[in-house]
Amino acid sequence: MRRRDQRLMMISAAGAVLVFAAALTFAGLRDSIVYFVAPSELAQKAHAGQRIRLGGLVVAGSVRRDAGGVTAFQVTDGGVSVDVRYSGILPDLFRDGQGVVAEGEWTPGQPFIAERVLAKHDERYMPREVVEALRRRGEWKGPQ
Amino acid sequence: MEGTAVIAEIGAFALCLSLAMSLAQGGLGLASSKRASRAAALKAIAQCAAAASAIAFACLIASYVRSDFSVAVVANNSHTDKPLIYKIAGAWGNHEGSMLLWSLVSATFGAVLASARGGQNLGLWSKAVGVQGLVTAGALAYTLFLSNPFARLNPAPMQGAGLNPLLQDPALAAHPPMLYLGYVGMSVPFSLALAALIEGRADQAWAKALRPWTLAAWTCLTLGIAIGSYWAYYELGWGGWWFWDPVENASFMPGLAACALVHSAIVTERRGSLASWTILLAIMGFGFALLGTFLVRSGVLTSVHAFAVDPRRGIAVLILLALALGVGFALYGWRAPKLRQPAGFAAISRESLLVWNNFGLSVAAGVVLIGTLFPLIVEAAGGGLISVGPPFFNATVAPLLGLIFVLLPVGPLLTWRVGDMAAAIKRLAPAIVVGVATLFGALVMTEWRIAPAIGLAIGAWLVVGGLVYLWVRINRGEGRALAKIAALPLAVWSMSLAHIGAGVLTVGAIAETAFRSERAVALAPGQSVDFANRRITLMDIVGVDGPNYEATRARFRIDHGGDVSPLAAERRVYEASPMPTTEVGILTGLDGDLYVALGEPVRGEAAWGVRLYHNPAVQFIFGGALMMAIGGLLSLVALARRRRAP
Repeated sequence: MRRRDQRLMMISAAGAVLVFAAALTFAGLRDSIVYFVAPSELAQKAHAGQRIRLGGLVVAGSVRRDAGGVTAFQVTDGGVSVDVRYSGILPDLFRDGQGVVAEGEWTPGQPFIAERVLAKHDERYMPREVVEALRRRGEWKGPQ
Repeated sequence: MEGTAVIAEIGAFALCLSLAMSLAQGGLGLASSKRASRAAALKAIAQCAAAASAIAFACLIASYVRSDFSVAVVANNSHTDKPLIYKIAGAWGNHEGSMLLWSLVSATFGAVLASARGGQNLGLWSKAVGVQGLVTAGALAYTLFLSNPFARLNPAPMQGAGLNPLLQDPALAAHPPMLYLGYVGMSVPFSLALAALIEGRADQAWAKALRPWTLAAWTCLTLGIAIGSYWAYYELGWGGWWFWDPVENASFMPGLAACALVHSAIVTERRGSLASWTILLAIMGFGFALLGTFLVRSGVLTSVHAFAVDPRRGIAVLILLALALGVGFALYGWRAPKLRQPAGFAAISRESLLVWNNFGLSVAAGVVLIGTLFPLIVEAAGGGLISVGPPFFNATVAPLLGLIFVLLPVGPLLTWRVGDMAAAIKRLAPAIVVGVATLFGALVMTEWRIAPAIGLAIGAWLVVGGLVYLWVRINRGEGRALAKIAALPLAVWSMSLAHIGAGVLTVGAIAETAFRSERAVALAPGQSVDFANRRITLMDIVGVDGPNYEATRARFRIDHGGDVSPLAAERRVYEASPMPTTEVGILTGLDGDLYVALGEPVRGEAAWGVRLYHNPAVQFIFGGALMMAIGGLLSLVALARRRRAP
């Protein structure tokens, strides 16, 4: 094989890999983006079966645990409160009145079934999504 | 008290001194002539800059050890009740201290670079020391002006706010310094790359100087990531080891770039080719390292890692990043075309396989970059807040790395310049057989789940391929087998270990991700549950007093195929912090880990929530990463030996 042909072969193989990577990236971004939704926007913004991140504050006194290990609580942004169910072990920082982000699929008319609940390692930190949710409702009192 | 209370002021002064020295190092290094006296001065200045920042860091540690709460970072992060080792580790467990550590490492590397000129060209060497001085100066200026660790509090509080108990852990004391050694380690290849561009020469001696730094950086990054992942596994209680969290990605991207650089520097040193690409990669690798710092420190992305948000700091790191990349790419565009390009190589050769390695790793790093920054781009474009989840990364990075891994065992069996593919394939026959057998075995056992079967087959191919290479090297030449094994160069052992480690890691990662199982149950003392071929019985729940915490301990009895083992899991409440933490119980067996996390009480306190995970082959993940890191370390030893024996 001549050197020019070899170079051509390598460049076309590299091009094929790039196209492959680009296709994977686009398909991946289309399928695995999770939108953040505040509780009061849930009805307008989310559609049934969509995977979303729901962020806000845990309503004080709303946390109940049943015998099956499922925890029920409500998340609010100061306007609407949404019922959430979660069957995993909650993060150590999960508490009444604290910021929380719940990720899962939403079905209208039913409690939000969270597959993942994020609260932070650091008690001083508030998830950005929660800050945004509270700011949209004019409930945010922290720094801008 | 008054006499010793000036420690923080001494630290701040040493910090200023180090900044001045680094700037001088930058100026002198870049302006240097060929005079030998200048070289001696440059070396002395670089050593002084490192010594001054070491004094500053020592002062910070002293403030922590003395629990001097008039120093703001000590008051915010420490506590008198903390064990001494965590008081010391606390010095770098927060933003200010970690930036000081960053500067210290950068200055130290500058001093090492300045002290070990070896056979490098004088001009190249002094430019590299100069650029490294400017990098250090940037980090020091950022530390001094935007996150001064020596800022005082008046009045001083009586007690500190305590360290986050999750972070009070040996793995987490070692994780940040290790990562920082890796991040900052990428600054030396950057300095060498810029020096090569300024001087217009990137020869084999230059690549020889570059190699140990890239190897050291990659080894530290690999070890740092593995330690962090292991910590997340046993401390967070989520049963997972990798979450594709932005902060994890921030360390993964420089890791991929460093891995590519380790390989391209070999080509440049051995064959003189790819110099221009090696330079570009060194610039991008440091860009990834700075981006990592930016992502972690700015809090722009919601992440499981909680670092307080300070946009001013984020913007400053972004400016430093833009400066480093801007200067780097501009120099590259201007000077790189003038670099001499030596002889080429055939499409089938060790060089070309290493080019494929670099191409694949770079594309993978690029894909991780897109996935990590996409939420920022969408938000900036007014598209709202989004996050990109693990499915994206699993679906993109895994196939790309799989592609490189298919080629990996072939590379070492090809010769430089022109290789013989047919001969290499023939030698790899055992690996092909094992790989194909694994593929079909896994397909049948998993009822035709294609992706994990391919992954396991690739892992097996890597492991056996690495062994084949060792076998081929041992059987080369004449003599007794034992003598030949003893005579095998360390470089062969280290490379094989790292490559086999990659295979072990692949098997572990695929098996864990595809075949893990989990279950949440509520157990009262005396009750049992059957899970993953085991019977788990909650024996009792007891209260335990630790040195600075109170714990609720659940004791379990695990029956597994006739074996009976005890296992305990805890929930702890630390006195200095209101948040409870989970201490999981892990029982490692031949078929993987049983992982038990204790949750909240239910039905009054009659029963407790318990979450059970079965993580198959998870120890392969950490074991494989450790093998890769040890391989890197042995490579460094081999390079050092070769340097001493000309």
